[in-house]
Amino acid sequence: MASTPTTLLIACGALAQEITALIRANGWNHLAITCVPAQFHNRPEKIPPAVRDKIHAARGKYDKILVVYGDCGSGGQLDDMLSREGIERIAGPHCYQFYAGQADFEAMMDAEPGTFFLTDYLVRHFNLLIIQGLGLDRHPQLRDEYFGNYSKLIYLAQTQNDELVAQARAAADQLGLVYEYRYTGYGELERFMADAQKAKKEKPSHGKTDHRLLA
Amino acid sequence: MTDEEEIILDQLNDEDLVQQIHEDLYDGLAEEIEEGVNILLGRGWEPYNVLTEALVAGMKIVGIDFRDGILFVPEVLLAANSMKAGMFILRPLLAATNAPKMGTVVIGTVKGDIHDIGKNLVAMMMEGAGFDVVNIGINNAVENYMTAIEEHEADILGMSALLTTTMPYMKVVIDTLIERGMRSDYIVMVGGAPLNEAFGDSVGADAYCRDAAVAVDTAKELMAKRQGSLAATQAAGGA
Repeated sequence: MASTPTTLLIACGALAQEITALIRANGWNHLAITCVPAQFHNRPEKIPPAVRDKIHAARGKYDKILVVYGDCGSGGQLDDMLSREGIERIAGPHCYQFYAGQADFEAMMDAEPGTFFLTDYLVRHFNLLIIQGLGLDRHPQLRDEYFGNYSKLIYLAQTQNDELVAQARAAADQLGLVYEYRYTGYGELERFMADAQKAKKEKPSHGKTDHRLLA
Repeated sequence: MTDEEEIILDQLNDEDLVQQIHEDLYDGLAEEIEEGVNILLGRGWEPYNVLTEALVAGMKIVGIDFRDGILFVPEVLLAANSMKAGMFILRPLLAATNAPKMGTVVIGTVKGDIHDIGKNLVAMMMEGAGFDVVNIGINNAVENYMTAIEEHEADILGMSALLTTTMPYMKVVIDTLIERGMRSDYIVMVGGAPLNEAFGDSVGADAYCRDAAVAVDTAKELMAKRQGSLAATQAAGGA
């Protein structure tokens, strides 16, 4: 029988599928997840208050709350809020970095600062988040204003999926960028979650149900 | 708007035409902006007044609605491109007239960072406000900044970054100014999505600016203070 979650992961919606897959694959049943909409990346000032609201809603219901988010353009405001709330976050400014690992990510950026990264999530939702999100469906003439300084697109793959590879290659073509593929797996995200599972407190549950609230 | 009859720009009086230019900027209609600018010039408007009353005032509305979440980046880019089209007509005329000059700004994105949308918006709005703007582009090492500010006798150094990994480079540039005894010669302004006021303070900038409108207002304010303190220094020296 599945045990009751004692640790809540408050995550970016862009990580929901990956976190849920890791919980299932590893039987990390002490971890529950709730998400903030990934679309907030387009208005990063909305991220800290949305995460704070999730923290306040979860207080007292879990032994531990962790945040699985990059800074994601919040300008340090997410970390400031988490510091005030006493909540730990996975390290790194972006999900690209914690998938690729800090050293590899920095090496890629040093080699070519004009690198645009995709993850499995971003490949799946490329049209919605990138093409429609940046208005390129309505105003394709803006492509070079957004991407003119980029030269390369690297797909950091969490899973080995030929369909996503084909979509990522097509995305690079659409943006006029050189394509590169790197399989990263779940990288530091998996280690962060494994540590969270290990750190669970051995105390009786509160008799609550499993909350997997995907916003 | 689609159900309304077609607007003939040159049939509008000046006030209505300026209002229409604001609306066309908001809608990102570059050709209409060019037409409107040419009509006002043809009616004898000073290029500086066309710039400030028609274009800059219109872009301020765009900036406010972007800040308030009514407009998004694509719309702002289209509006900016329309303003550029108008400024392309006005720039040589402004240079040939006695349009007020606010000072010289060198602006660029820091080393390791290739993002320039916000920086280019700031550069355009600074130019619209009467600054001479030297836009040194992206991925600038410290020597690029040093060379540009000396060559162009800049008053203001503006630095931009979009990445948390590149924004610390601003401190490298400011520390270099300090090491070379040049820090007090320049107003240093910083901006970019991941920055905030505390970061600006921590690297030793004179100001952090959250958007292009704030950057323009801050630049004017700091220039006025600087000119006031220079005048005071000269007065004290001459006494």
